[in-house]
Amino acid sequence: MRFESVKPIGETHYRILDIDGKIINEEDLPNFTDDQLLYLYRTMMFSRTIDEKTLSYQRQGRMLTYAPNIGQEATQVGSAYAMEKEDWLVPAFRELGAWLVRGVPLKNIFLYWYGNEWGSHMPEGVKVLPISVPIASQLQHAAGIGIANNIKGEKNVVVTYVGDGGTSHGDFHEAINFAAVFNAPVIFIIQNNQYAISTKREIQTKSETLAQKAIAYGIPGILVDGNDIFAMYAATKKAIDRARNGEGPTLIEAYTYRLGAHTTSDDPTLYRDQEEVEEWKEKDPILRFKKYLLNKNLISEEWDENLRKELEEIVVSTFEEIENKSDTEIEDIFKYHFEKMPPQLEEQLREYKEFLEGGK
Amino acid sequence: MANVINIVQAVNQALENEMENDPTIVVYGEDVGLEGGVFRATVGLQKKFGKDRVFDTPLAESAIVGTAVGMAINGLKPVVELQFMGFSYPAFNQIISHVARMRNRSRGRYKLPMVIRAPYGGGIRALEHHSESTEAIYAHIPGLKVVIPSTPYDAKGLLIAAIRDPDPVLFLEPKRIYRAFKQEVPEKAYELPIGKAKIVEEGEDVTIITWGAMVRDVQKASEMVKEKGIYPEIIDLRTISPMDRETYVESVKKTGRAIIVHEAPKSFGPGAEIVSVINEKAFLYLEAPPTRIAGFDTTFPLPRGEMHYIPSPERIAKTIEDIVKY
Repeated sequence: MRFESVKPIGETHYRILDIDGKIINEEDLPNFTDDQLLYLYRTMMFSRTIDEKTLSYQRQGRMLTYAPNIGQEATQVGSAYAMEKEDWLVPAFRELGAWLVRGVPLKNIFLYWYGNEWGSHMPEGVKVLPISVPIASQLQHAAGIGIANNIKGEKNVVVTYVGDGGTSHGDFHEAINFAAVFNAPVIFIIQNNQYAISTKREIQTKSETLAQKAIAYGIPGILVDGNDIFAMYAATKKAIDRARNGEGPTLIEAYTYRLGAHTTSDDPTLYRDQEEVEEWKEKDPILRFKKYLLNKNLISEEWDENLRKELEEIVVSTFEEIENKSDTEIEDIFKYHFEKMPPQLEEQLREYKEFLEGGK
Repeated sequence: MANVINIVQAVNQALENEMENDPTIVVYGEDVGLEGGVFRATVGLQKKFGKDRVFDTPLAESAIVGTAVGMAINGLKPVVELQFMGFSYPAFNQIISHVARMRNRSRGRYKLPMVIRAPYGGGIRALEHHSESTEAIYAHIPGLKVVIPSTPYDAKGLLIAAIRDPDPVLFLEPKRIYRAFKQEVPEKAYELPIGKAKIVEEGEDVTIITWGAMVRDVQKASEMVKEKGIYPEIIDLRTISPMDRETYVESVKKTGRAIIVHEAPKSFGPGAEIVSVINEKAFLYLEAPPTRIAGFDTTFPLPRGEMHYIPSPERIAKTIEDIVKY
């Protein structure tokens, strides 16, 4: 099943790697070097390790609310890996794998979830927007960045993410419509993980697939197996090449599954059967990729075990670096609303500091 | 030839001057390109600067504002038009959740030099949703500047300042007086400071704080009470947020009396904020309770009723007399 022949409507998913780790679509298999394959695996494992450790920190009362990505690593890592350095990433809030690929330091990611705005202060050269909590609203920013690229005559592209729930939003429609009308180089990726908190995908839309919504906007849409690292890379790469070539936006539905909770505040046992979760565990994107790499003799179980330990150490040391040292400076709360603080804010800051000093 | 123009022309000229100076400025919205906007504020700009910089968009306010966020992050200066303030609400989420927050959210990494222009206020015998003054809603949002001019000179200088401002500005244009009068205005670009009020008329007896189309009605009321020997000091706020508190507080210290006149509904309006500031900063100078004359806490009436809603010069004059005699 070549990329070109997959239609946005119907049951067929664009797939290269099957759940046994076998290549079923040699023609579209990306031509990765061994180093690239190991990088992809390592990044997916890094994402998984961060999630697992953070969930345990949260249970220990050391972390606040957290939105894990477990099960969606191929969707995120595969798509982001198709980007070039100058391309823009516009995330929603569950794109850990993509942030890691695009060079967002883990320290920033932890700072954000730990409750400090400095987490969203991306380093220079990292063209990633902050997490956007209001559902689907970020798609408008992606469209705007893309339209600006056209106006400025720049060749970089924008990759943006939204969930299956986000497709019900007005902003989803408006952003894709704008991007299409202005032929903006934007790749819209729906992480269809089957649930918006507790609400099933079927309750979001009567559409047979989410990818088919592309038809109405007059742009290409493709339904991809989101747990297939190669398919996610290949589909996104194709869409990016089109966009860079002036052929406009593409809508990608990444069909995946959230193996964990929406956030740590959620209890998924209330709305789905364990049986369903077990079925999807068989399709775990990391497991599938690992089988492929084992078959290829690129890695061994021992290597994998060492990798896990190495990644855990990085996660632990980075978390401990920010833990208990990340309280917000009072000035920071006031300083960044405008380039220059207006007198009202100066006064409120001064009065509050006087109160604190008086209380000593 | 002298450059004598009205407010719509002043807006147009500000855009033209700035677009000549700064190639990163783009102007877009519903009907702003080919037609030049329903009020013709952008007329001629597409012809002069091309369709890349001045263009019509699909009819979607959230996307007009939301794409401006992306454009500003990506190095452009969007000046977008929302056709009427009453149509700004589909863009509410973008304005409140992103436009006002991006700088703080990213601790200064992403700044949004952008302007949202919208005609506001009543008095043009329009359909529903075409007459409201909801500046208080936006002034309440941290991270957003709200500017309202009342003359052609101010409209041009303040709009240029808004465009040059490194932070997002909501620029509300009083459409009732778009073409009400002309004024000689410098042809070249100039800036008036955002966050600075203007004393329109000096006086001793009572301070009247107002803005937008109401400035002229207050001036008419002032003429009426002057015949009775009462001399008001009129302050045009020009920026609703961040508000120039110093100018009106100093004035109230001098006059001992304050009246706030706005078209917006009375309760929770900008007048409530101004009264609070006066109470906090000039309480011991007061000779009478600071008072508001405002629109009612009702939906803005359709044209057959709008004359009752907008405070008239007569109503303002009566209140001035009452407060001076208090």
